[in-house]
Amino acid sequence: MGDPRSASSWAASTRPRNPVAAASLAVFVVIAVACLAAPLLAPYPIDAVDLSSLRHPPSRAHWMGTDDLGRDVLTRVLFGGRVSILIGMLAAIVGTAVGAVVGMLAAFYGRWVDNLLMRLTDVAYAIPALPLLIVLSAYTRAAVPSMVLIIGLLSWMPTARVVRSEVLSIRELPYIDAARGMGAASLRIMLRHILPNMLGPLIVGATLGVGNAIMIESSLSFLGLGVQPPVPTWGNMLMDAQATMASKPWLTAFPGVAILVVVLAINFIGDGLRDALDPKRRAN
Amino acid sequence: MGAYLRRRLLQMVPLLFGISIVVFAVIQAAPGGPEGALLGTGRFIDPSVTLAYRHRLGVDQPVVVQYVRWLAAALRGDLGVSFSSTRPVADMIMERLPATLELMASSFLFAAIIATLLGTYSALYRHSTLDVIATGASFLGVAMPVFWFGLILQLIFSVKLGWLPVAGTGTIGATSLGDHLKHLVLPGLVLSFRNIAGWSRYLRSSLIDVRHADFVRTARAKGLRERTVVGVHAVRNALIPVVSVMALNVADLFSGAVITETVFAWPGIGRLFVQAMFARDYPVLMGILLMGSFTVIVFNLLADLLYGVLDPRIRYG
Repeated sequence: MGDPRSASSWAASTRPRNPVAAASLAVFVVIAVACLAAPLLAPYPIDAVDLSSLRHPPSRAHWMGTDDLGRDVLTRVLFGGRVSILIGMLAAIVGTAVGAVVGMLAAFYGRWVDNLLMRLTDVAYAIPALPLLIVLSAYTRAAVPSMVLIIGLLSWMPTARVVRSEVLSIRELPYIDAARGMGAASLRIMLRHILPNMLGPLIVGATLGVGNAIMIESSLSFLGLGVQPPVPTWGNMLMDAQATMASKPWLTAFPGVAILVVVLAINFIGDGLRDALDPKRRAN
Repeated sequence: MGAYLRRRLLQMVPLLFGISIVVFAVIQAAPGGPEGALLGTGRFIDPSVTLAYRHRLGVDQPVVVQYVRWLAAALRGDLGVSFSSTRPVADMIMERLPATLELMASSFLFAAIIATLLGTYSALYRHSTLDVIATGASFLGVAMPVFWFGLILQLIFSVKLGWLPVAGTGTIGATSLGDHLKHLVLPGLVLSFRNIAGWSRYLRSSLIDVRHADFVRTARAKGLRERTVVGVHAVRNALIPVVSVMALNVADLFSGAVITETVFAWPGIGRLFVQAMFARDYPVLMGILLMGSFTVIVFNLLADLLYGVLDPRIRYG
């Protein structure tokens, strides 16, 4: 810790004390912006089929080669990244929001509400996640919104438990008594006085959730239950390329590395945020 | 301890009951019934045939009636009959269970041993070459899609180098143990990679915390050998939180097995589940999900009990 000034100010504590996290953030932003700007940046139209150049290895015209239909892999990686990152972020937001609401309600109302919600959390925790996801993903012809909901609705449990225990300890603090004494309503206390105190763990949880959701989407794609082609995601690109992995390695290498780099970057960002937002964990 | 165990076992009953309701509802509500999977969705099927088929399977009844029927049978130990193979679900599961247990148990053991060694080494020799490599590898292990990692290993060790078989549990005609173990290496490795990564990191930070604790200094001051100080006093204490994480990760192992078994054509529960899903074989799905949930609950209980064994300060009231 050392310098007391940096410990006292939140802004200063997020200064690149942690170069890995800062570099990861830069990498993630570059990739995310590139994917977002895919329609402008991509060298070819998204569904341009070129039957004269099927499965070409990386070249000057196609930096990442072309696939079975002669589509440019770089273009598809960029467009696929849009979908994968979008699913990751939205699913993490859904999961964190549901977890926060469940955890807050349970802790704040206590008694039977707490009991009911926590038993529900136990139930959701005990059912193996991927098999349940497989059943759920059969509900719809998997598209982006349903994928977001399904992944999000299956990843709220850790957040709910963390939030519940945080709220339980925060609401015993004197300033909550003070707020109540001044006549603040329950809802106001929760949103105005308790929620801001939990933003740290929530932000960290949501950040790590993004990487997790991207991984889940790729697993479901592998089983043929993810977002369906022709909409590209990194997951279904990997899935399509698995048969030709030995002879056409570039088809699986690029989307695979994209997932790896993005999830890695997100994990580092999450760890860095945890160190920055939670001084208790800065020990080593 | 006895009273605690009894209370925990009793708590499992409502939990399992809740799980069975949720799982049943989710499976039943999935669109596309078993008739679609079996008879196809062709236009030329007489609607009365479909109706008769649904009636025979009992899926034409209200969901509540179906659930009560299923529950009544399940309480007697009868998990029902598979829609697609018309064999008892329990038989089908028991048939596939050994393969999955073998895969899960061997990868769990392997991961636990390697993670303990690696984590201890990393904590004692921080920032050494091996520690840095292990740190890097574990970040990769957590960020790499399981199936992609499996496919890469397949490509390197089976296709290119030809050292290990691509998939399956044994070469046709070969019955030797060695042949079987060769088939186990890659799926076992894939399934354990993530856990090695997670657990060794966890043990590393836990051991670094413990290393300067008072009781470790006391042990050293008593003149115990460094081996005893680290092995008996420090590592044992550092392992306490790790053991609970290990037990909780058994649930993820179940999910990982679904993917790994699919990649390596390992004839276990995971593949049975995926097949049953595509066939909308409700009783099989129900049986597997319940069995998986049951395993998870048992391991959570085991984690709490192990806490007490490893840490004499914890008493169960």
